[in-house]
Amino acid sequence: MLILDNIPALLVAIPLLASAVVSLLPSARIAWGFAFVTTLICLYMAFELVGIISSTQALSYAFGGWEPPWGIVFVLDSANVYLVLLVAFVSVIATLYAYTMLAREIAVEDLPKAYAVWLLAIASLFGLAMTGDAFNLFVFLEISALSSITLIALGAGQDRRALLAAYNYLIIGAIGATFYVIGVGYLYAATGSLNLIDITDRLNELGTNQAAITGLAFMLAGIMVKAGVFPVHIWLPAAYSYAPSAVSSLLAAVATKVAIYYFARLLFGIFIDITQLVDFFLLYILMPVSVLAIFYGTIAAIYQSDFKRLFALSSIAQIGYITFAFSLNSHSGISAGFIHIINHALIKGALFMAVGIFALGIGSRATMSSMQGVGRQMPITFAGFVLAGLALIGVPLTAGFISKLYLFKAIFETGNGFYVALIALSSVLSVLYLWKIFEVMWLKEPVQPLKIDKEPASAYLPVWLMVGVIMIFGVYSGEVISSGIGAANALIGAR
Amino acid sequence: MSDLQLLLAISLVMPLLSALAVLVFSNQENIRDICGPVGGLITFISAIFIASAIMDGKTVSITLWQIAPGIGFSFAVTPLGALFGLVASGLWILASIYTVGYMRGAKEKNQTRFAFYYAVAIHAAMAISYSGNLMMLFIFYEVLTFSTYPLVAHSQTKEARNAGRLYMGILVATSLLLFLPAIFWVWTVSGTLEFTKGGILPADFPPFLVSVMLAMFAFGIGKAALMPIHRWLPAAMVAPTPVSALLHAVAVVKAGVFSVLTITVYVKAGVFSVLTITVYIFGIDFLNTTGSAVWLAWLAAFSILASSIIAITKDDLKARLAYSTISQLSYIVLGAALATAAATEGAALHIVMHATAKITLFFCAGAIYVNAHIKKISELDGLGPKLPLIFIAFFLASLSIIGIPPMGGSWSKFLLMAGSVDAGMPLMLAVLAISSLLNVYYLLEPCARAFFKPAIKDVHVENHILTIIPPVVTAMISLSLFFTIDWVRPLTTLMVMP
Repeated sequence: MLILDNIPALLVAIPLLASAVVSLLPSARIAWGFAFVTTLICLYMAFELVGIISSTQALSYAFGGWEPPWGIVFVLDSANVYLVLLVAFVSVIATLYAYTMLAREIAVEDLPKAYAVWLLAIASLFGLAMTGDAFNLFVFLEISALSSITLIALGAGQDRRALLAAYNYLIIGAIGATFYVIGVGYLYAATGSLNLIDITDRLNELGTNQAAITGLAFMLAGIMVKAGVFPVHIWLPAAYSYAPSAVSSLLAAVATKVAIYYFARLLFGIFIDITQLVDFFLLYILMPVSVLAIFYGTIAAIYQSDFKRLFALSSIAQIGYITFAFSLNSHSGISAGFIHIINHALIKGALFMAVGIFALGIGSRATMSSMQGVGRQMPITFAGFVLAGLALIGVPLTAGFISKLYLFKAIFETGNGFYVALIALSSVLSVLYLWKIFEVMWLKEPVQPLKIDKEPASAYLPVWLMVGVIMIFGVYSGEVISSGIGAANALIGAR
Repeated sequence: MSDLQLLLAISLVMPLLSALAVLVFSNQENIRDICGPVGGLITFISAIFIASAIMDGKTVSITLWQIAPGIGFSFAVTPLGALFGLVASGLWILASIYTVGYMRGAKEKNQTRFAFYYAVAIHAAMAISYSGNLMMLFIFYEVLTFSTYPLVAHSQTKEARNAGRLYMGILVATSLLLFLPAIFWVWTVSGTLEFTKGGILPADFPPFLVSVMLAMFAFGIGKAALMPIHRWLPAAMVAPTPVSALLHAVAVVKAGVFSVLTITVYVKAGVFSVLTITVYIFGIDFLNTTGSAVWLAWLAAFSILASSIIAITKDDLKARLAYSTISQLSYIVLGAALATAAATEGAALHIVMHATAKITLFFCAGAIYVNAHIKKISELDGLGPKLPLIFIAFFLASLSIIGIPPMGGSWSKFLLMAGSVDAGMPLMLAVLAISSLLNVYYLLEPCARAFFKPAIKDVHVENHILTIIPPVVTAMISLSLFFTIDWVRPLTTLMVMP
């Protein structure tokens, strides 16, 4: 029972400690094995947590027996427990994928250290998803940023531009984190507390308070940088496109999602009573910005020829869909946003993994000109890629369709036909870039032989595991839907 | 699984099996080419049993799982669906025989690929017929769109590819921009998408919004080729004739109608969808009391007349038939929009009547091309005595489309006219009458030229028997439907029964 009681702490502590051990291990293979087992243990614990939350609704874990609001707490409810599970699942799959892919992209002697940083990044994501303390979140934010930057810079072995991308992320990420911590400072000045639940209560007593509102504004701005929300997304396309493919798929799948979750928790869970600011922010800032993100990301993707960058741009648009759903400020909007967080993480993870395998196959970056006919040369990976692509468009019987269904439900409930037209138009545009890719990869004749004998099974297996989940969630969508509705219930109460 | 569910499963799976068999036997031409007709026959027989069960008031449905609350992956046969299933599978038998004759006569390449996608398209048409809810209908509507792309672009010429692209562009864009959001809308306000007699919209849904929703469906279902979403249809006609016919007769034009057979099936699937939605999603009484569909009736009337006038200007036989098809499809949309019992019955029957008649015309156009290598109407002079059976079939089918007894088409036109009066829109009578006159002009001209004008030049004529039998058979069916209307009428009566 000791272990079961302490799962929230262990979920961060185990990968953190394992990270230290892994960095000392002599061989790359042993290091990988250690890291993989660690992620498996985390996945098991995440499942346990889901079980606990589904019976008790919410869980507050106080570190060292220091009860809130004095000590640091981890808070789990149905808004974040599925996110924890998502992070755990994607970590397992991405680590599996890294076995083949990371080894081919970076120097062998660097591998144990790479896996150490890899586990550090995973630990920080769990921390971000669970913490109930505003300042503790800043700490995890920094761990996450530094480990991500290191992982991105590892791409320099393949392409030197990875260094610039990592540097940009470092600077912009630091500015974002600074904004966040300034906001926390204001809030602490106004309320004298760092515990998020406590802050909510005290804000209610305070009423309208300029310092609190300023603090919230700073915090939101800082988190938006981490979440890759347009127009402060500028670090994202380069970072995702020059990082090693295993890193791209891990980060693209879950790193921004965790920040978006926290963004939603700030807006709807913590500050919802400061309606003056929240309503204004949602309607006049977040909504226009989300629409711009959707169209900018989609149209830029249509004109992009580098595959990884294309999908990074598409991520900007997809994050736009999530924040657009939040900006509708309704129960179904929040549900739709959370449903899409899960679905998009799986879809984008699978796409980035597949692109990495294609690049490996031809021995250079995947672009519109180098990818001619590659789909025919690597049919197993390509089939998974196509299914993930269909899910990205939102084709029925894939997970993406469920996202679309609930997003449109939220939009129709507002009764605003203009929004319907915008979102429908953007979904037609997103068909264009995927069709372009399909045409190049499948309808054109191959131009060069592959650099590898055959598709590595250890690389396409993870892709297919992700695709399998995507297809299952498209057919048996009950769990995902109830997780989204549960998240909305936890944040703003049941409707 | 009951016997009826088994039949339903057979009728849905058989076309897919047939498609697989085509691939397996791709090297043995004769075995490969028999797959279509055999598959068609089995499917058709299942469809007959299903239709007679529906007439006996039984329900035929399979639910596999729930995709989301209120959206099952399910098939449930409505009376209208049973009727359309008969049309799609019946025409498949003939079209697949004809396709073989055409393809071999014209020595087309990639016959296997054609036969494969053809069978897949029929699968989609059957699934559309037996869809249990709007989502399923949408899914297979898209399957139909994608499976017909290789058929339209079959000859792989630049023209065919451009046509394929235009065709896909229009159909996919309209379905994603309008059709799918409209489905989401219905689901949001009703919480379900199941086809239900009397409709599923809440009674207090504002009439103005009903009009908007109806517009999203009418234009979103591009396969119904309602003006101004009709341009893809003539473009798809450059496809080798079998595609044009299926598109028109069975699925693309009515579900939209495919290849000779394909285009025929394809178009019918489009109008079938529109009709299904008006009857089982909106409910005709609901539309009638709110008056939300009146604008659609006028638009359909415009579409009927405008496309007939365009048809007159076309000298290319297939292009003329294409515009005639657009006009006839709008009859069905008109019937749906009038939203009275008689009008919707007329519309449902018109799917059957027009399918048999128009597929005959397309078969004839293809047969004339294969046997005499002529595409233009102005070159048909004096050809009648050389290809007598084909032109007699053409003549009979024309009569059916014009609506003259004793051809099947006279019933549907009669019911549509009666429906116009019931709906309190007697002006529609005039529209239908004028359209008939235009039909007389542009459909009888080819026959008149072939039989009564002297031959201009000496044309060498072959007689491929496989291209002659199908049009003759469909013309006979078209004729016999006048006398056997009571065999199919119970289905349409069930459809409108309160």
